[in-house]
Amino acid sequence: MKLSDEYKELTWQGLWKNNPGLVQLLGLCPLLAVTSTVTNALGLGLATMFVLICSNATVSAIQQWVPKEIRIPIFVLIIAAFVTCVQLLMNAFTYGLYQSLGIFLPLIVTNCAIIGRAEAYASKNPLKQASFDGFMMGLGFLLVLIVLGGIREILGQGTLFDGADLLLGEWASVLRVEVFQLDNQFLLAILPPGAFIAMGFLIAAKNKIDAKLAEKAPKKANVEIERVRVNFDS
Amino acid sequence: MRKTIEKNAQLLALFAVACTALIAFVNFLTQDKIIEQEQQQLISTLSSIIEPSSHDNSISQTCIILEDEQLGELPQKAYLATNNNSPVAAAITTTAPDGYNGNIFLLVAINFDGTLSGVRAIKHQETPGLGDKVELRKSQWILSFNGKKILDENDHRWAVAKDGGMFDQFTGATITPRAVVNAVKRTTNYFNQHKAELFNTAPNCSENAEIK
Repeated sequence: MKLSDEYKELTWQGLWKNNPGLVQLLGLCPLLAVTSTVTNALGLGLATMFVLICSNATVSAIQQWVPKEIRIPIFVLIIAAFVTCVQLLMNAFTYGLYQSLGIFLPLIVTNCAIIGRAEAYASKNPLKQASFDGFMMGLGFLLVLIVLGGIREILGQGTLFDGADLLLGEWASVLRVEVFQLDNQFLLAILPPGAFIAMGFLIAAKNKIDAKLAEKAPKKANVEIERVRVNFDS
Repeated sequence: MRKTIEKNAQLLALFAVACTALIAFVNFLTQDKIIEQEQQQLISTLSSIIEPSSHDNSISQTCIILEDEQLGELPQKAYLATNNNSPVAAAITTTAPDGYNGNIFLLVAINFDGTLSGVRAIKHQETPGLGDKVELRKSQWILSFNGKKILDENDHRWAVAKDGGMFDQFTGATITPRAVVNAVKRTTNYFNQHKAELFNTAPNCSENAEIK
């Protein structure tokens, strides 16, 4: 019972309460750079999730052998190795997507969410929980990427899943939805400033929902003002 | 103290070796596939601009290296299509150095009689939504080169409409199409001057050499 509570808590933290994209605001660089279409967002999100699960699992598995003084370089080494592997695999098996995401893939190394989870959670918890935490944090990040990608693609090009065949193979070109026909693309939504603005609205929406939830639950009305922490178990 | 430092250094070295080994292993597994993908990409681009039934050689294998300032600063490649050893067409890589945001890399296919067989933008960093209409994925514009011909070296029709030429510009982006039109014009001029010479050159770049 206690264990399932912990998984529940990890899910809640990863997807909502401590979402790496919306709350921790980590990994903004890839987040804003690639979310011009849903396909790109999905590609980078899956790659990030994969790296996050692998790095969390590895860091957790080796925690007893890693002295405190050199843990950070070792984490960086592990993350960089997994990112390079993902890059090679994507180059080999999803070549089209690799061409549109190529320069952003190495940015996963600089995604602080990954080293943040390694340091804050994986290095202190058992393998199973750490992998699960990586999965949920990755999923939370992926969902924010997709929502942001969807908003920007609809506003910018009037489509959804444009170029999905690059990621998923030829059959996926049927996924492309033309929401409405645009004579001229709405440039702001496609360029980085549009990403910042959309991101701002997303965070505002999340805060609004949180406020509504807090109102509905009067018992917890005396919410203390909490600093956003990467490390929720401290 | 010294012991700890030594122990940590050893551990770090151990992790470095392990991570490198992992990457080397994945690289070994994927390298053939990556070369194959790049090759396939090249073949499919080439066959989209040079009609595959018009030639009987393997274009992607018949490649020569060109150096000429009309084609840009970097050495470029020409892929030659022949039928029964008589020249059919050539696809030449070229660079438009004056794009809105850096170089635009193009592949220009020209029939032996000087008409254009097709043009594709291979790589560019033009503004999304404006200049990126040079990509076939975004716009049909690049197809407007098909079948065009240069009449003489200073053919003034070879310009965007704004400059009095026969090619449309994009709404809000004139620099990108202007750069592409000029690059295609230079490449076609180069081809017209050197075509006999090109088809007499023995292939001197193998595909594997291109990929590092």
